[in-house]
Amino acid sequence: MNWILLIEQTLNGLQLGLLLFLLAAGLTLVFGIMDLVNLAHGSLYMVGAYFAATFTAWTGSFVLAVVLTLPATLLVGAVVEVVCLRTLYDRDHLDQVLATFGLILFFNELVRLVWGPAGLSVPLPEFLSNSLELAPGLIYPSYRLAIIIASLLAAFFLYWLVARTRIGMLIRAGASNREMVGALGVNIRFLFTIVFGLGAALAGLAGLMAAPISTVEIGMGENVLILAFVVIVIGGIGSIRGAFVSALLIGLIDTVGRAFLPDVIGGFFDDEFADAAAPALASMSIYLLMAVILAFRPEGLFSARNG
Amino acid sequence: MQMIRVGFIALVMLALAVVPVVANAIDEPFYVSLFTRMLVLAIAASSLNLVLGYGGMVSFGHAAYLGLGSYVVGIGFYHAANDGMDWALNGWMHLALAIIIPGLAALLIGAISLRTRGVYFIMITLAFSQMLYYFFIGLERYGGDDGLSLWYLSDFGSVMDLNDDSQLYYLAYGLLLLVLFILYRLVNSRFGMVVRGAKSNERRLMAVGFPTYRYRLVAFGISGAICGVAGFLMANQSEFVSTSEMHWVHSGDLIVMVVLGGMGTLFGPVLGAVGFLMLEQYLPELMEGVCHIIGGSSCGIAGEYWKMVFGPLLILIVLFARGGIDGLLQGKVGRNV
Repeated sequence: MNWILLIEQTLNGLQLGLLLFLLAAGLTLVFGIMDLVNLAHGSLYMVGAYFAATFTAWTGSFVLAVVLTLPATLLVGAVVEVVCLRTLYDRDHLDQVLATFGLILFFNELVRLVWGPAGLSVPLPEFLSNSLELAPGLIYPSYRLAIIIASLLAAFFLYWLVARTRIGMLIRAGASNREMVGALGVNIRFLFTIVFGLGAALAGLAGLMAAPISTVEIGMGENVLILAFVVIVIGGIGSIRGAFVSALLIGLIDTVGRAFLPDVIGGFFDDEFADAAAPALASMSIYLLMAVILAFRPEGLFSARNG
Repeated sequence: MQMIRVGFIALVMLALAVVPVVANAIDEPFYVSLFTRMLVLAIAASSLNLVLGYGGMVSFGHAAYLGLGSYVVGIGFYHAANDGMDWALNGWMHLALAIIIPGLAALLIGAISLRTRGVYFIMITLAFSQMLYYFFIGLERYGGDDGLSLWYLSDFGSVMDLNDDSQLYYLAYGLLLLVLFILYRLVNSRFGMVVRGAKSNERRLMAVGFPTYRYRLVAFGISGAICGVAGFLMANQSEFVSTSEMHWVHSGDLIVMVVLGGMGTLFGPVLGAVGFLMLEQYLPELMEGVCHIIGGSSCGIAGEYWKMVFGPLLILIVLFARGGIDGLLQGKVGRNV
């Protein structure tokens, strides 16, 4: 086994996991507090990436683009909440799934109308385009390191916001009993809009950070959305802590599995079988993990509702 | 209102029965393939309706069983074409396996998924279908990402020839009628009562002594098996098998068809599938037409963006017409039907 490769893949897994966490955190907040299944969360990720592409082209600076994209996605999220999702809170989950499914179609088409059908690419910011030598022989692109650091900062900010501030207190209170919070005179509708906007901004952050290392294209949010669903289902819906743990777990298993499963299977079976089975198995591994976890703990690892 | 409803449904079913005749008469064979797709999706939506409409289980992964059914045909074709195993094209075998394999897969997936409730169930069925989706993408041998073009279809010997579009159409029509008959008998049997009862009050049924988990699981398995039949037909209709049919968006489409037509009604999914494909086919032209009428310029692109209307239309249907087409026919409009 090649240790440098292993560390590299672990870092990649960490980076994927943290990106997933940013998406899953918004999803799980929205679900935990408003009891809303939001399939269109992936669209906000996509919109974030497109905003980043446009703002980078306008301003010529990735940093400025970041500064502009976050409030822009927050605004988009808030508008979507006020216009459409607000009416869905007291509906059953099937209605929510259908309506937000309709939103996905709408957003995909809107993006195609505004930005055209071709994918965009965002150049790496100049000062992050080099690579760092973390240890002798271990060279890692600094942009990916920056993603890890920025996501960790965002995760820490989220923790601080939810656990240490007044608005976080209201969010937690809303999660455990929203009628009571409303009865105590808190403007619960406004709180919901804020939470949704916050979730949208986190999704936008994930999208804009992913933009330079992947293609910005229509539908880019959908595959990542399903991974984020797996994350919050494993973590326990409504639990941010659970989302963090399971996002890292999923990121690591997916990345490391793809890199090393062919070798591992090749050690037991002949190469031809390993070549055929390994890619299929590697991409299935996280779903298998989810199936196993749900078979034993149907509410996920850290259920917010039952302790 | 009941008369209108029965009349309308009878009219739709009768109209579906004569599609190939009319299409061949006006020399528009394209309609045969469009309507075959409607029938295929009507079967798939009906199978979903058994768990979604009657059982209250929101399965967001039915495209997987559709895909499994079509891969039975695809894999059989692959071995017949490349390994000279001619028996692998046998249509009866394809049909049987396209019932058994998706059925067993649904039983297995259901066994785990049905332990969960609510949103967890929605997401776990979604995740399992994604798992199968990636599994088939990983199977390079059977085309992987690119899919398989079938230049031989399922072979039913001298009984019928699926290369003839009309014969394929009537096979699909016959299977749809059979499926509807089976579902009718099933839903109104003691078994169906338990499944429907578990939807409205599971705890009470369990208190009476019914092991509801087993009943729901069997319903889920039957639903998967029926959906597999639709997959078998779909492969033969499109003469192509690929993972794109298993994409989760198609699971969403199936739910939309069921809700659009009317959940928990026998003919609702049929109406929904017909309506859905009609919208998909004609909404672009309709939008272009409207654009011309209001005097817009460059109306060609208006039709291209039909999903921008389709998406919000979907939201409106969900919000204001819960009973779907069937509900409208019964005169029930509004959010709480």
